[in-house]
Amino acid sequence: MSTEAAATMVCLQGVPAAPGLAAGPIFRLTEPTIRVERQAGSATAERMALEAALQTAAEGLAALIETAGDDEEAEAILSFQAALLEDPELTAPAFAAIAAGTPADRAIREALDGEIAGYLAAEDAYFRGRAADLADLRDRVLRHLAGAEEAPLPAGVICVGSDLAPSRFLATRWDGGGLALARGSTTSHVAILARARGVPMVVGIVADGVANGHPALLDGTDGSLVVDPDQAARLAFEVRQAAELQTRARDEKFLTRPAVTADGESVAVMVNIAGPDDLSGIDPGHTDGIGLVRTEFLFHGRDRLPDEAEQLAVYRRILDWAGGRSVTIRTLDAGGDKPIPGLTRRDESNPFLGVRGVRLSLRHPEVFVVQLRALARAAAVAPLKVMVPMVSLPEEMAACRALLDDALAQLAAESLPAGRPQLGMMIEVPAAALMVEAFDAEFYSIGSNDLIQYTMAASRDEPELAGLARPNAALIALIARVAQYGAGSGRPVSLCGDLASEPAQVPLLLDAGLRALSVAPAALATTKAAVARYRRAA
Amino acid sequence: MNGQARASVLLRHAVGLHARPAVKLTKLAKRFACRIGFGLAAEGPWIDAKSIVKVMAAKAPKDSTLYFQAEGDDAAAAVAALVLLVERDFEDVD
Repeated sequence: MSTEAAATMVCLQGVPAAPGLAAGPIFRLTEPTIRVERQAGSATAERMALEAALQTAAEGLAALIETAGDDEEAEAILSFQAALLEDPELTAPAFAAIAAGTPADRAIREALDGEIAGYLAAEDAYFRGRAADLADLRDRVLRHLAGAEEAPLPAGVICVGSDLAPSRFLATRWDGGGLALARGSTTSHVAILARARGVPMVVGIVADGVANGHPALLDGTDGSLVVDPDQAARLAFEVRQAAELQTRARDEKFLTRPAVTADGESVAVMVNIAGPDDLSGIDPGHTDGIGLVRTEFLFHGRDRLPDEAEQLAVYRRILDWAGGRSVTIRTLDAGGDKPIPGLTRRDESNPFLGVRGVRLSLRHPEVFVVQLRALARAAAVAPLKVMVPMVSLPEEMAACRALLDDALAQLAAESLPAGRPQLGMMIEVPAAALMVEAFDAEFYSIGSNDLIQYTMAASRDEPELAGLARPNAALIALIARVAQYGAGSGRPVSLCGDLASEPAQVPLLLDAGLRALSVAPAALATTKAAVARYRRAA
Repeated sequence: MNGQARASVLLRHAVGLHARPAVKLTKLAKRFACRIGFGLAAEGPWIDAKSIVKVMAAKAPKDSTLYFQAEGDDAAAAVAALVLLVERDFEDVD
């Protein structure tokens, strides 16, 4: 390998979509739009050409479904495309246009573009997302019509581009490669597939100036792409990669086992999720339930707030997945770095110290009560814990409990089945940790990210203060105080911040008295392994 | 014998009639010879329950009531099977 600096190192930052490290040459994805001009024949020839292209496309999909095996996500996406292809409703307009003299490629493109426009206009984000499946299908048929076989992506490369079709992702052997896309979201089908298959992926990376073949390092965990890395960056990456491989192989063995310390003490390890989609690919049996559901996702990227029925359906789906394991749903935690148009305040001089979390919910009872009603109705089916974010004063919990009582009384008057969820609170504000015994809460969950930044008065988004915004003795003292009060009063205490995903921090948290941790799904095995290594100081 | 059958069922599937359940519904409908109409209201409009294009285009949200009406020899069996599929929340049934 040459050591001279042939090109200047370029560092690009995006949003992590699937964790892991990948190193390889850049491979630019070409735009999928097919504009090859066909020589159109007679109406009969065109009809036969389209029939043949549809047939080949169906066979291609069937082969992909075959290789999907037990991958349910992949199977669902491909089966949907295959079913569309079998449906005469989809292709009839194209055949009618061909009979009227339109060339086959234009006919099928126009027929499918009509369907795609219908999906793009949908109010529901899920249905809008299906436009990508139809575009994928359209391009597959058009490729066959043009006689252009799609070149498979080479294995082991870092793919960069605007977006990638799910079927193309599935047809690729990734073998240590990774994916950096300009478009796409962390909740897109491709991101779900990438997480399920362990392919590192980052979105929001615009790599227009990056040329094919240049060496690159992709970090799906912190969301960065480094092109033409210098020697030092490359070595550091290789060291991390080797360490990660070794650790992963070691930790993976712990995924299926209950988390038990070296002293034989059980520790509950739960998962943090943003919504039901995050649960695909996780075996509930590998968890002790769900320690945090961030309900903000229900409110994001849409023009109206979700109604009671919509929320209820999502909460039920989550409870169904858990199958009786503990489920803790957090009420809306908007504000701070999570604005919601029409609800959170704009132009706050300091949003993290502003009207966020419970402060916002109590100012919008019309929104808050809808959520409490939906949660109480979900609790009719299975036990449910509800926790309130950003509580600083006991009066705020009292107000929340009064609103929950109201919601339960309303539901009883309407003869709607409901249950009383346990009502607990997040410990994120030092004032709440210091006066924990003053709050009317049935359980506590420590939000370490916010507790660190509020204890240290250091923003976690300020790179220069990274050394301050770290766990330290002050933080551990606050955590220990809450854990001690919880143990003495019989109220469960857990921690649901990023801290619990850091193997080096797990012993400190257990030393502080915590016996319940909630982590990102990808960190389950790592955290369980760290618990297994822990031995209480003599 | 020209049978007729109709029934309605509440869609409890958490996210609505998404791709996976819609594929299952149309595949099941195609196993019957009768004509099967699918609608979101008791009086229609009716769409072909065997067409994934039409069924997905209905964009049925969760908690909506699905209506089926069938005409043909196996109409009663078809409607019963479809209702069962929805009631069982699209679990695999054979």
